[in-house]
Amino acid sequence: MSTVIDARDLTKEYKSTLALDAANFQIESGRIVGLIGPNGAGKTTALKAILGLTDFEGELSVLGMDPRHHRDRLMREVCFIADVAVLPRWMRVSEAIDFVEAVHPRFNRARCEHFLARTKLTPSQKVKQMSKGMIVQLHLALVMAIDARLLVLDEPTLGLDILYRKQFYQTLLEDYFDENKTIIVTTHQVEEIEHILTDLMFIRDGQIVLNTNMDDMGERFVELMTSAEHADAARALGPLDERHVFGKCVFLFDGVSREQLEPLGELRRPSVSDLFVATMKGTYE
Amino acid sequence: MKTFSWLIKREFWEHRGSFFWAPVITACVMLALNLMGIITGEVFLRGHPSVMVDGTHLDMIGHYLTAEQLRQVGAGLDMSMLSVTGVLSTIMAIVVFFYCLGALYDDRRDRSILFWKSLPISDRDTVLSKVISATVLVPVITIVVGILAGLSMLVMVAITATFHGANLWTMLWTAPHPFQMIAHLLAMIPLIFLWALPTIGWLLLCSAAARSKPFLWALAVPVGAGIIVSWFSLMGVFNLSSTWFWQHIVARMLLSVFPGGWMAYDPSIFQHTESPMALYDSLSLGHMYASLVQPEFWVGAIAGIAMITLAIFMRGHRDDS
Repeated sequence: MSTVIDARDLTKEYKSTLALDAANFQIESGRIVGLIGPNGAGKTTALKAILGLTDFEGELSVLGMDPRHHRDRLMREVCFIADVAVLPRWMRVSEAIDFVEAVHPRFNRARCEHFLARTKLTPSQKVKQMSKGMIVQLHLALVMAIDARLLVLDEPTLGLDILYRKQFYQTLLEDYFDENKTIIVTTHQVEEIEHILTDLMFIRDGQIVLNTNMDDMGERFVELMTSAEHADAARALGPLDERHVFGKCVFLFDGVSREQLEPLGELRRPSVSDLFVATMKGTYE
Repeated sequence: MKTFSWLIKREFWEHRGSFFWAPVITACVMLALNLMGIITGEVFLRGHPSVMVDGTHLDMIGHYLTAEQLRQVGAGLDMSMLSVTGVLSTIMAIVVFFYCLGALYDDRRDRSILFWKSLPISDRDTVLSKVISATVLVPVITIVVGILAGLSMLVMVAITATFHGANLWTMLWTAPHPFQMIAHLLAMIPLIFLWALPTIGWLLLCSAAARSKPFLWALAVPVGAGIIVSWFSLMGVFNLSSTWFWQHIVARMLLSVFPGGWMAYDPSIFQHTESPMALYDSLSLGHMYASLVQPEFWVGAIAGIAMITLAIFMRGHRDDS
């Protein structure tokens, strides 16, 4: 396994705010990493730095290249889908395919046409005549036909209905991902990608506050559901978070052993969204 | 090279309407007007001794053709060809002006820049493809359309002349005129390219740099500077009038997309405007290329290249997507 991204003290300052505050992280190949954070935490800035779309301070190496200086070379190996409506509105499906085929050395036309055959898109259709979901289908078909090593997805399913969202991630997982590829995805719909992630990164105020793979996360974080009588004993163990559901107390523990917790009640693996809410408590205050 | 030609193709796809259809439709309208003019002339001036088409007495041609008159008829035909291209090139200047203003701005506004930047294309190639589209692709399309329209117009004139017993056909195909004109027009392309660079550079720079309203920036900066210069008579410091500033800075930054603009800067071209024939002579290719000795041409081109370089830098570092 090789390192795809290596960021050290990655810092980016906009006029008055610090979007990235000496963030450090490494991403290995063959992973699907969820970069999750509240609005304004620096997710998009981090992705833009990785893609060479913005200047920054600190060190950043993507596939061994500095994205600030070798963006055009880097883009042979990196693909990204930024948001929904970024395909140029005047373009036809056939023009998009012709163009990407001509400029991208790793594009496979047959593969792209194979993906498009599953959709309702026709070659002469213009982007401006498409729904948001169809634009994403086209973009995804173009991107999946490129044999890239790193795929960056920034809110790729924003504004799509649930059918398109499910199909998007399913296609990605079944037809695209393999051990030589790496995917970084940001989204607010955490529960939808939870089951496909291999790694999880939480970002808050420009810093990486959690960086773990999903197996370790299950070991490290435990959710305890207990009745009111055991609540004080549970509180004594220093939970990250506490909430009440149907008269039961639910505690979230970080690094407390299962042996200690088991006598107190029922143990569960916490969901990413619960973990996220607990970690980000107080962000907007 | 392959990538670059596709980038040009991409520009053509996006701007098919203004690059291709605008000159084609204009040419069709002009041909239609010309046809209507001929028909009107035929209907109303029937039996009249002299029917004039493009400054040439048609009946006269049939009867006596001295060498000098032959030359005049030829010149008239040439001018009619040039006039079509002249109108088309005005349309072209407007198209190029607005194309350049939007070229590096529109995709930032609709965020499709994120798609273009996700492809392995350098910012340099992207910007240069737009420069070449504006300075070579559009002039070539315009001139080819102009040549075809001009030839169609000559055919119309020749057919009309036939009805009046004059034979212009041999003149059209044996005399060097139309072919000379075609060569002449094609030979203008390098001049158009060089001359347009300062305006193209300035507009692309505004397009790459402006956070909003590139049109306003493009206009306000040179015109505002011009007003300040005039107001305070700043040019007096260099022993130059403020007219010099308007003519050589402001106009060059905004109006050099008009082909043939260099003629306005070369007094020798209009020395002999007393007769149409003299004017015709002054439009010869030799005269046009003689303009290249003006420093105006080269200083402007260098300034244009500098601004294009700056636009490439801005394209890479402007971070507002």
